[in-house]
Amino acid sequence: MALYRVLSSSPNKPANALQSTLLNMQETIREPMVQDPTQFDVLVMPNLYGDILSDLCAGLIGGLGVTPSGNIGANGVAIFESVHGTAPDIAGKDLANPTALLLSAVMMLRHMGLHGHAKKIETACFDTIRDRKVLTKDLGGNSKCSEFTEAICQRMKDMD
Amino acid sequence: MTTRSVRALSGALKPLFSPRSPQGYVVAVCHQTHKSTYTTIAPPARYGGRHTVTLIPGDGIGPELAKHVCELFRFCCVPVDFEVVNVDSTETSEDDINNAIMAIRRNGVALKGNIETNHNLPPSYKSRNSLLRTTLDLYASVMHCQSLPGVRTQHRNIDIITIRENTEGEYSSLEHENVPGVVESLKIITRTKSLRIADYAFRTAREKGRRRVTAVHKANIMKLGDGLFLECCKEVASGYPEITFDSMIVDNTTMQLVSRPQQFDVMVMPNLYGNVVSNVCAGLVGGPGLVPGANYGENYAVFETGTRNTGKSIANRNTANPTAMLLASCLLLDHLKLHGYASMIRKAILSTITDSRLHTADLGGKGSTSEMVQSIMDAIQSTGPRTQRH
Repeated sequence: MALYRVLSSSPNKPANALQSTLLNMQETIREPMVQDPTQFDVLVMPNLYGDILSDLCAGLIGGLGVTPSGNIGANGVAIFESVHGTAPDIAGKDLANPTALLLSAVMMLRHMGLHGHAKKIETACFDTIRDRKVLTKDLGGNSKCSEFTEAICQRMKDMD
Repeated sequence: MTTRSVRALSGALKPLFSPRSPQGYVVAVCHQTHKSTYTTIAPPARYGGRHTVTLIPGDGIGPELAKHVCELFRFCCVPVDFEVVNVDSTETSEDDINNAIMAIRRNGVALKGNIETNHNLPPSYKSRNSLLRTTLDLYASVMHCQSLPGVRTQHRNIDIITIRENTEGEYSSLEHENVPGVVESLKIITRTKSLRIADYAFRTAREKGRRRVTAVHKANIMKLGDGLFLECCKEVASGYPEITFDSMIVDNTTMQLVSRPQQFDVMVMPNLYGNVVSNVCAGLVGGPGLVPGANYGENYAVFETGTRNTGKSIANRNTANPTAMLLASCLLLDHLKLHGYASMIRKAILSTITDSRLHTADLGGKGSTSEMVQSIMDAIQSTGPRTQRH
């Protein structure tokens, strides 16, 4: 039940000087993750703990509606997906928050090496959310899914 | 003798005594060999109304916290004598832990610090804490996580009781490697133990007037194991119609805990999920320094800090938060039906916690362990009962 904690020298740069620390899972879950999650960078773990911890982390950043994910296999085969449910109660009503799937697509673009496009879409998405003018209901707004998407597209056009 | 005259007398006699320091606290051991037959009744008082309790200091911050408990009990004239049993975690032989188990069988109740499990020792070396729990069949690990006044946390109004099955599940220590590089671990879930822990949870909920019990599981994946656990919970729930029963998958549970913890009341779960969920709950109310834990069996009870940490990195620096261990000692006193002492000490602890100047490092303060304990003793002194300063 060990977690390797890999610290990069600077949060935004890929790690040059890596320092790995063996952490007991109990210490990770308890106080640090819930009280000061910012100390963590990359966490690697077996299946069950990953299931639990990834949902816990999603809860810390706003829930499954905004959490992207990817499943990476051998030979570069990968499937990117949002991990929220199918939400049948709001299906077909233009109410869903597309952020999770959109950010998963951004992960996919990075996996494909299309970093420029990925950066652009991600920035536009984050800026739209930060602006708080056009938000879907789960984030406290009143806008439709299509309106939210349109706002992101408009930002990207303005970036060019 | 009035309180004032006691204080005046002790003040006058002060120069005659050496400065207060923790004195030896090993006392005569009561060598009774009768086996307890009660379930939730405290062991009878022995030797003129005084209870004998096994004390296992453990590793890390355990010994210093144990000293503070003894100091506080002596100060409050609590009728408890501690039989100290040290367990050396570096020893591979099981003699130490067997002595501890025997002492607990003898006394019926114990207060313990966490015993370190060295990961570098071979797999045949079992965790001493785990051995203690399974041998004494302490099947229920109970932690009551409540938001405390004076402790700033992101979420408020949390009041969750976590009940964790303590003797089977993923902690069965049954692993094998038939093929090199392929390890199989057995998770054991039995109907008997699942029914027992579920019944414990519902009984506790009923006794404490709680409205809802949530079973935490992963039965969508572990269909047989967690499926059995869930089925047992449902079966027991049918006998408690006044209590709402629901279930939640463990990953969703942790997510809900960090976003809306107020929705939970009593939670019951198998061993590993209990470890995770109870630690998350402890983090939500302020960290491992604040929450006490209790392990109950048919015949024995062992009290310790809720999150079971040795705190090796802060040992012997006088910076550990004594709250969890002291509150655990209050649970011990309640178990021994010494409710008066328990309330008195608990009240003093909670009033001390509201003073942020005394907060230890884990709560973001600069206070020391001894200052906190001193403040608790001062608070008790000021309420007037007979106390004993050296």
